[in-house]
Amino acid sequence: MTKHEIAFPELHPPLTPQAAIAEANRCLYCFDSPCASACPTHIDVPRFIKKIATGNLLGSAETIVEANVLGLSCSRVCPVEVLCEGACVYHNINHQPIAIGLLQRHAMDHFYALAGKLPYKTVPNAKRVACIGAGPASLACAAELRKHGLAVTIFDKRPLPGGLNTYGVAQYKFTPSDAAREVELVRATGVEFRHLEILSIEDLERDYDAVFIGIGLGRTQPLGIPGENLPSVLNALEFIAAYKNAQPLPVGNSVAVIGGGNTAIDAAVAAKLLGASQVSILYRRSESHMSAFAFEYEHARSVGVNFVWNARPVRFTEHAVECDCGLSIPCDTVIIAIGQSRLLETLQKIRTIELRNGRVVVNPRTGETADPKYFAGGDCVNGGREVVDAAAEGKRAAQGIVQAMGTDRSVPKSNISNLPQSLSGGQSGPSPLRSPEEPKNG
Amino acid sequence: MADLTTHFAGIRCPNPFWLASGPPANCGDQVMRGFDAGWGGAVWKTIGDPIVNVSSRYSSVDLNGYRMMGLNNIELISDRPIADNLREISEVKRRYPHHAVIASLMVESKRETWHDIVKRAEDAGADGLELNFGCPHGMSERGMGSAVGQVPEYACMITEWVKEAAHTPVLVKLTPNISDIRTVARAAKRGGADALSAINTINSITGIDLDTLTPRPDVGGKSSHGGYCGPAVKPIALHMVQQIAGDPGVQLPISAIGGISSWREAAEFILLGAGTLQACTAPMHYGFRIVEDMIDGLSRWMDSKGYANLDAFRGLSLPRVTDWQHLDLNYKIIARINPDTCIGCQLCYTACWDGAHQCIHVTGRASPEIYAAMSAVAIVSTPTTPAVSHATPAKRIPTVDEHECVGCNLCWLVCPVENCISMVRVDKGDHPQSWAEKAKS
Repeated sequence: MTKHEIAFPELHPPLTPQAAIAEANRCLYCFDSPCASACPTHIDVPRFIKKIATGNLLGSAETIVEANVLGLSCSRVCPVEVLCEGACVYHNINHQPIAIGLLQRHAMDHFYALAGKLPYKTVPNAKRVACIGAGPASLACAAELRKHGLAVTIFDKRPLPGGLNTYGVAQYKFTPSDAAREVELVRATGVEFRHLEILSIEDLERDYDAVFIGIGLGRTQPLGIPGENLPSVLNALEFIAAYKNAQPLPVGNSVAVIGGGNTAIDAAVAAKLLGASQVSILYRRSESHMSAFAFEYEHARSVGVNFVWNARPVRFTEHAVECDCGLSIPCDTVIIAIGQSRLLETLQKIRTIELRNGRVVVNPRTGETADPKYFAGGDCVNGGREVVDAAAEGKRAAQGIVQAMGTDRSVPKSNISNLPQSLSGGQSGPSPLRSPEEPKNG
Repeated sequence: MADLTTHFAGIRCPNPFWLASGPPANCGDQVMRGFDAGWGGAVWKTIGDPIVNVSSRYSSVDLNGYRMMGLNNIELISDRPIADNLREISEVKRRYPHHAVIASLMVESKRETWHDIVKRAEDAGADGLELNFGCPHGMSERGMGSAVGQVPEYACMITEWVKEAAHTPVLVKLTPNISDIRTVARAAKRGGADALSAINTINSITGIDLDTLTPRPDVGGKSSHGGYCGPAVKPIALHMVQQIAGDPGVQLPISAIGGISSWREAAEFILLGAGTLQACTAPMHYGFRIVEDMIDGLSRWMDSKGYANLDAFRGLSLPRVTDWQHLDLNYKIIARINPDTCIGCQLCYTACWDGAHQCIHVTGRASPEIYAAMSAVAIVSTPTTPAVSHATPAKRIPTVDEHECVGCNLCWLVCPVENCISMVRVDKGDHPQSWAEKAKS
């Protein structure tokens, strides 16, 4: 499908081999490294970087995928500034942190160029698991389950697997064809992918020993104001999915994007790259309240996106957004990016799981829901976060499933009780079920 | 500014920095451009019966992105006719009468042949002669170079032949490829040498191409051992210069060679007794211009230390080199980690634990179990802006068990932050006592 993709210049071009080795050699090779701790999937960063320095690129890539099967997409879309690279000890002496994201991409690009496979020596297992949703959480869960030999089927209602990696990530960060490589890597472990518009919970419960819920979130939320149904008003995810699949929706010359998060920025930058000369982001609160990452905000400004603060739209017309402050912003197209809705309709079909604020409540150590047959992870649990969070949660849920099924003889049932207080969050008796928005110290 | 004027075994030059005998001193044009850049002298690329070289000729060892940390060559002596070299020496001396031009010589081991080349070099106007008894590759297979320098009797004999004919100072260039360099240094002295040059290159194979399996440099699928030089060999050269300079049986001026790339190495060699400094790899890497900072840096350092001229500090470190048996067993230092500058990399911890004496400690250690636990609690929210303050968390800062610390320096050596770890004297009030004294008592 590559030839049909829209070619945006890459936000962060790859390192040359020589630059990668020079950067890898700059790594101090910290012991018990803060970067690995800061990564939700705990990739052993110094280990994979050392292998780049020695020219052992396949060994490096295997170190990455061992911890995170989505190593390629994470290397492209992770907010490294606030995760691994943000934790680099070089900050403490005012040096540039190691370019961990670019180095990880260097190793993963090599891995895929050589058609690398996951190094699993699987012992077949009779247990069967269904994963609902084919996004990052399910991919990570499925790969981990295959490592332990369980049979896995991933169901998704969209024609292509990959979830937001395929349909939602900004094109200048990650393309659908790269997303497809990760899907194929997981498929090659023996995972079955099924495209199914409507899922029967009864069938799932009958045919599978466990079910992983990785359905993510739903459509962009509506604002509920006049004019929202005009053809010139688009929602951000559909706008992004359309241009990523080479069918860009026309945006005209001027675009107003409503929202203050990373998706708003992705949509605004894409509108700019697709040819709009005037792109403004309208946010209902002030600059400091924006939920977008600082570097995303900087990026949007650097490509010429305008920001209008404290502007809450009250009405859309064919050629303007009218705001409560009295401002009227002329525009040909409006793109709404105020967050995704919960997939309540789907989740409520599974009556035995517990929902709180529309999110699935799980034991964060195992991903287990109130119903021991169901596990969950990703955006439907955490409310909408990074690919790497979904990867971590999907993998953790797989380990929970393996333990629950008694199919793993190598890992002790519980290895958490004897941890130092500082690492177990200081909780004397953690509640078995906890949704992640609760404060961790109770 | 300090005075760098150099008087070396009767040879005068504006400063002690000489181009060593090698590719940068291959022809008159190069030597004159070197003098224009500031070099005080040059030892001509070794003159003898012209040879035929191979291609390729050089290979190197890079270290973590630094190119040519060590350089290896299988090039032989000059491939140009003797007459051309001598004519150009005359031309250089005519244009640069105050710079030192030393003719490096290597001919077959016949008395008359040596007499002849000595006479011709001096007639051309050379200020001195350097006898190449050190070249470790190719020429040694023909009974020259290090084949002479490895046998004290040969070295003595040929030096005698040269001295029979020479009217200018004679420097003997020593090979490091010998178990005790002092034996040949003493032999050269017996033969009448006026000075020594040390060290020539070290036998080496720099590496093997892991695709072709051929060592480097690759000459049509084969290679040969070469001579190693550059920054990597400085510690070996410093030691050998110290051995010669500290030997009562030698007592000759020394022209130091081996990894001299800046004024810092120059100062080190002079502190161990060197009279002039020769460089080859550094100008091969960066060109003749590097001498500007060699001169400038050395002068400023001398000014800061109050040394008016080179003699004021020559050999000052020699008395500080002694045999191990005379070191004070009661001198005790320990490591201290400054928590304010520690960045928490824990390299000192793992180095001490795995590579030394297990006396640096940290409070927690990474393990899959701990990662699993962190995974379960850590994800609450991802910050949208990078941290402003980068204070190292207290639990990442290692501590030293001062009772167990043996003062080995390893932690201080691996620490990437300057002055974060310091080695601190701990005075136990014991009188100094060496192993020699202890064994006697």
